[in-house]
Amino acid sequence: MSSSETTPVQQSAPPAPQSSAPPAPSESKQPPVKEIPPFEKSIADKIESQFGSKVKIDFVKPLRIRIKTSKEDVLQVAKFVRDEMHYDHAESVTGVDFPTEKEIEVVYHLGSYTDPQLANQVLALATRAPREENPNPGFDSTRLPSLRDIFYSVEFHERECFEMLGVYFDGHPDNRRLLLPEDWADLPPLRKDFRNKGR
Amino acid sequence: MSSTPLPPGLQIEKVDERIMTLNVGPQHPGSGHMRIIVKIDGDYIVSADPDPGYVHRGEEKMAEYRNYVLNIPHLERPVIHDSCNVLYPYCLGVEELLGLEVPERAKYLRVIASELNRCVYIQYWLAIYGIFLGHSTMFMWPAGDRELYIDMLEKMTGARVTHSFFIPGGIRNDVPANFEDMLLKRVNYFEKRIKEYAAIFYDNPILISRTRDAGKLSREDAIRLGTTGSTLRASGVNFDLRVKEPYDAYGELDINVPTLKEGDAYARSKIPWLDMLESCNIIRQAVQKMPKSGSVRVKLKPNPKGGNDEVYKRVESGRGSLGCYVVSRNAPEPYRVKLSVGSFRNLICMPYLLKGEKLGNMPAVYWSLNYWPVEADR
Repeated sequence: MSSSETTPVQQSAPPAPQSSAPPAPSESKQPPVKEIPPFEKSIADKIESQFGSKVKIDFVKPLRIRIKTSKEDVLQVAKFVRDEMHYDHAESVTGVDFPTEKEIEVVYHLGSYTDPQLANQVLALATRAPREENPNPGFDSTRLPSLRDIFYSVEFHERECFEMLGVYFDGHPDNRRLLLPEDWADLPPLRKDFRNKGR
Repeated sequence: MSSTPLPPGLQIEKVDERIMTLNVGPQHPGSGHMRIIVKIDGDYIVSADPDPGYVHRGEEKMAEYRNYVLNIPHLERPVIHDSCNVLYPYCLGVEELLGLEVPERAKYLRVIASELNRCVYIQYWLAIYGIFLGHSTMFMWPAGDRELYIDMLEKMTGARVTHSFFIPGGIRNDVPANFEDMLLKRVNYFEKRIKEYAAIFYDNPILISRTRDAGKLSREDAIRLGTTGSTLRASGVNFDLRVKEPYDAYGELDINVPTLKEGDAYARSKIPWLDMLESCNIIRQAVQKMPKSGSVRVKLKPNPKGGNDEVYKRVESGRGSLGCYVVSRNAPEPYRVKLSVGSFRNLICMPYLLKGEKLGNMPAVYWSLNYWPVEADR
């Protein structure tokens, strides 16, 4: 009797939370945590086995991989990714300002047109530059090596990143302003300490 | 000249006796809201330097001050004629950040809305392309036929161009009753109508003589320069995210991506037109497969917070791949939103294509890139 009494309780206990609202998001969140997609894992492993501790794999999600490397190694990693992994163009270059960590992160989203297996994959290659409190874009230590010689398509994206966040790209042939006025004399506008007027 | 180094961003330009520098734009009607600094030797372009930024509105900065839902209306402003597609990757990204599952019916309605919007955008672009090649009929026809789909979108969303229709978790409201019948009728008429464009425009020997072999972009260059959309597909690369990385209901539809091999201005101008024909097929399939009833959105919590995560989503817009990168740091507002738009990515091939062209042929090459200045500036 005692076993028959306990089993209904155990059976009825799990469905009760499932029928209520919260488990739906938790169910959808669970699969990416436990199962790492094998193809994406193989790409990440290949990069990791080549560079070891120089490259940190931030995450491996379905169709998306993010790796992080220092600014000294970024050229080498980018070259490897282009030549050995067949990523052939940059989709976007994003600068993200982290004032509390005193760093500016630049994320290259790389894609491939030539390799049909990689058509839906995007590799995010992140690197960080030091950030200065009083920026003097072009003359301070906020510098990164330009990937323009490796991925030609970053040319305009890096120009945009320079004017918007003040990250100077060494080796870029054309570091002029692109979207902002040529005589813009304020802070780089996408830094967090640049405040919109009235906000 | 003083020896002090100029601040980066400023430059001193030497003036040549033979080469003339010409500013096309930003007020010139042939350039859109941008400037192209063209150097010409006689009638031929020696170099072209695109100078966008005259309609930069700081959408990415604005997005950092507003919460995930308040960002919807202003993020579609870069291309109001393609507003559903511009908003699409942002909504997909926020759905992943907040862990939302879109109802099945909403997925199909999103596909229909974004295909209608693609046609509306392409018709507008085609009208501009026509008028700048001196073909006034090609301005009148697309501008008129576009109204068919604008009316449909108005019935669907309540607004003619700025819809704000997609929201994280679905779409804002369901379509009115009898919508499918009205839509199919118009799609059939629209398809019949745009097929007539071939006789007056695409088979027109004057157009062909102007655009054939003008501004040729080889397959290798198209890949190396990272171009996207019609510019890429006109150069022989079969890449369309609706097929390669199907989002929402696109995975269940049968899509034939038009691709051409020539890579010249004629091929680039023909791809969007072929896209419109394909859009009609997609809409018909979507209407057929769509669940006839059901909810169209999940309820959002007020002021939802994203986790400590980031997401990069991309969709195929009227101008090519459109990516949205959202960084979230446990706050109701996104930490950083980046739109990687097709127009900005295609901007890079402008100096290459215009070099060696005749100045008079500049609009034919420039507008064939399917470039939208406001989108590139954001």
